[in-house]
Amino acid sequence: MNLLSGPPAVVAAGVDVFSDALRAQGAAVTDVEWRPPTIGSADDLTQLALDPRRASANRVAVERVLASRSTLTDVAPASEVIGLTGRTLLHSGPPLSWETASGPMRGALMGACLFEGWADTPEAAEQLLAAGGVELDSCHHHRTVGPMAGVTSPSMWMWCLTDPTDGRQAFSNLNEGLGKVLRMGAYGPEVITRLHWMTDVMGPILQAAVRSRPEPLDVTGVLAQMLQMGDEGHNRNRAGSLMTLRELSPSIVAVDAPKDDVAEVLRFIGGNEHFFLNLGMPTAKLAMDAVGEVPGSTMVTTLARNGTEFGIRTAGTGDRWFTAPANTPVGLFLGDYGPEDANPDIGDSAIMETYGVGGFCMAAAPAIVRFVGGTVPDALATTERMYQITLQENPAMQVPILGFRGAPTGIDVVSVARTGWLPQINTGMAGRVAGTGQVGAGLVQPPASCFEQAVAALAEESRAALA
Amino acid sequence: MHVSLRSGVYADSVKLMQVSKAVGARDGVVAVLVAMATPLNLELAAGMGLAPDPGAKPDQLLIALRAVDDAELAAAVTAVEAALTAREERGSADAIPPRTVGFALGEQQETPLAVVSVPGPYAVAEAMDAVGAGRSVLVFSDGVPVEHEVALKRAAHEAGVLVMGPDCGTAIVSGVALGFANVVRPGPVGLVAASGTGAQQVSCLLDMAGVGVSHVLGVGGRDLSAAVGGLATLDALRMLDADTATERVLLVSKPPAPAVAEEVGRTAAGLATPFSSAALSADSPDLTAGVEALLQAMGVDVPAWPTRPGTDREVPAGAVLKGFYSGGTLADEAMLVAAPGLGDVRSNTPLRPELDLGSDFGTSGHVVVDFGDDALTVGRAHPMIDPTLRLEAIAGLAASGEPAVLLLDVVLGHGADPDPAGALAPAVRDLPFPVVVALVGTEGDPQGWSRQADALAAAGAHVFASNSAATRFAVDLIGAQK
Repeated sequence: MNLLSGPPAVVAAGVDVFSDALRAQGAAVTDVEWRPPTIGSADDLTQLALDPRRASANRVAVERVLASRSTLTDVAPASEVIGLTGRTLLHSGPPLSWETASGPMRGALMGACLFEGWADTPEAAEQLLAAGGVELDSCHHHRTVGPMAGVTSPSMWMWCLTDPTDGRQAFSNLNEGLGKVLRMGAYGPEVITRLHWMTDVMGPILQAAVRSRPEPLDVTGVLAQMLQMGDEGHNRNRAGSLMTLRELSPSIVAVDAPKDDVAEVLRFIGGNEHFFLNLGMPTAKLAMDAVGEVPGSTMVTTLARNGTEFGIRTAGTGDRWFTAPANTPVGLFLGDYGPEDANPDIGDSAIMETYGVGGFCMAAAPAIVRFVGGTVPDALATTERMYQITLQENPAMQVPILGFRGAPTGIDVVSVARTGWLPQINTGMAGRVAGTGQVGAGLVQPPASCFEQAVAALAEESRAALA
Repeated sequence: MHVSLRSGVYADSVKLMQVSKAVGARDGVVAVLVAMATPLNLELAAGMGLAPDPGAKPDQLLIALRAVDDAELAAAVTAVEAALTAREERGSADAIPPRTVGFALGEQQETPLAVVSVPGPYAVAEAMDAVGAGRSVLVFSDGVPVEHEVALKRAAHEAGVLVMGPDCGTAIVSGVALGFANVVRPGPVGLVAASGTGAQQVSCLLDMAGVGVSHVLGVGGRDLSAAVGGLATLDALRMLDADTATERVLLVSKPPAPAVAEEVGRTAAGLATPFSSAALSADSPDLTAGVEALLQAMGVDVPAWPTRPGTDREVPAGAVLKGFYSGGTLADEAMLVAAPGLGDVRSNTPLRPELDLGSDFGTSGHVVVDFGDDALTVGRAHPMIDPTLRLEAIAGLAASGEPAVLLLDVVLGHGADPDPAGALAPAVRDLPFPVVVALVGTEGDPQGWSRQADALAAAGAHVFASNSAATRFAVDLIGAQK
């Protein structure tokens, strides 16, 4: 672009007098609404801005995300597909211990012990866990993601998603529905009974159905379609769940199983608006796992919460977690639950935002903003802001009301720091007390501290690499 | 207590949770649940002691309320009705303004230039956004470490774009003034300027000679230092060489590092466009002479540079030169021009380190102070906008009783004080010694050269369009007294 040909148009950041003087001379001026970054030091942000690796590293990272595709290839127990054996439980978010686990996380871990038969009573389960009798690890460390508590035990059946281009896989357990469910921290008899039914009846039927399909279900395609049908893929999965039911039904009814069981499986899926979430999440996980470690990249590869802490990871720093105490969502509550009943932010489902949908595609699902008393313009504004903290638009995931603009994809730590806009996450809310279950749904953001730490670490890596 | 079921009414759960929240916020309401009568919601209602009669179906709307009294209950039911039928605001979001140069340039693909005037510690990140997007950038901000300037300019060179600055206060691109610049006619001379006020002096004198400029590309005051190595100067020379509107290239600078001056000379020799330099040095101390040489080379008559006679005040015995400047290059030029006649001149921006006067501007003897120096502009506006510091210094000089000839620069144009003479005239009118002013500007400037010159002359000042002429006049006054 030749600076010296023709009257200049200018983008101006800083004092107004410049812009005013330029306008007075008839120049076209676009003002930047600049403000001092509140996240990250000026030195660190300058270091990253000047890192010659960054632009290409970020391009590599986000292109890997956009190239990823997800197909549903199998349903099988966790013990078989991710080698989960012995007394090991996976949980959502960054690593945690029983001591630091929140109420709903504890409830879910206890429920899983009861479900696996490692304890006969909630008290025994609590003692077992408190004594360190169960090994805990993050779902994310096992190519797995789980909504809310995300507690995954060896006997649970898993969706197996495969990228057809390279055969990589990602996994998630099966969604239990709403209300008193394990992932929300409930562990009562009805929860355990449902989990057994899912394991004994639904899992095998889904496995037979999925394996019998002539072509694996294109889950990326379902996610793309649901964005055009009022879903954002995190807190609203209605269209996606129905499409999945439509796609799987012929194979499900063809499974050689008792009619009543088949009917119950169909009824269960049809009654669960969030059934698709557990397919969407590993689809996003596949895409983010495709990135791997890319030195010099400042792109976020993980946003995840364990009910106590929020954790993020970046392409430039690989497996390292940057954690801080999780915020508590703001939103609407079921029944007469209120803000005091809500647990801090929990779940791996922020993988949807990491991938560029969920809260980032709020404009595609205006129904969602009403969770915080917002308006349709608020929904549009939220997505507009997310474009300013992301690297690319995903042509596969389009937002109709924005002229089918691609989803804002690839969160850039540096852009978050410089704009001061934190990623917008849509989320469910679990009760603070173990055993409560879901109390509401709403909106939440990561703590700024995660991004402060990431900026500092990325800058440190940059200095070391360029020294 | 009010518990009712309605058929044929559907609202989604988010809407209903909103209704429950709105009605629940009423003072008289104890408990409220407005929800579709699904098993989950019936369970919730039962938990609140608000269970409807058996036989509720999931497609029915459950309205369950408890209030402090019947009147509140009735009002709450009405409120539920109202909330259920309320319309929401619709429409599109106002455009969200960009918060970074990078995002703004992503949206403005045809924009070739960014201007960055954010605080120095943040300027490089914004400027790198422009370079990364393949656009040129003018960095007005100062306080950028020199190693960052080098990295920024190297990246710009790779990207084929120009970094003007940091601390670049003056540029004209295709007739549009950026920062402090004068209203000069368009024409064939392209300036590369490592000096803002130097570029202003040169472009104004060219304008007075009837010669216009194509562009003034500022490169920042440090560009010709050994550390930066003329990175932007070399790029700017090549850009002007390729520009069809530019027929002559003139370099304006404070004294450059010798090795860098050589490198620039080598590059300039390879240009297709005729090149000349008005870079200051002890051997060529005079911007005006540089302009005159260029005019002669172009076959243009050198005019008599405009002046206005002031009041002939007696030069006091033992008078020393007091140069109070707002332009750094003009201050340098004054010292270089004055030194042969006066000997050493002390300064906050000295020609040699041993002449540094530190922060004591009231020190006796020949002194030239650059009030525009970065150290003096931290936390305050440039003296071309805010005359306070200089007016204080003039008052201090008058109070000291030291015999003096006062030499000042006044710079006009875009960005400068709208009426500098208005502030200076009262301060110099009653001084007991001669006052000489270098007035840098054009008739086309918002302030108007003649209007300002007349006002200053009326206050007793001798006014010159040429800074070197003003300096020589002041030096001659001191010399004649001797």
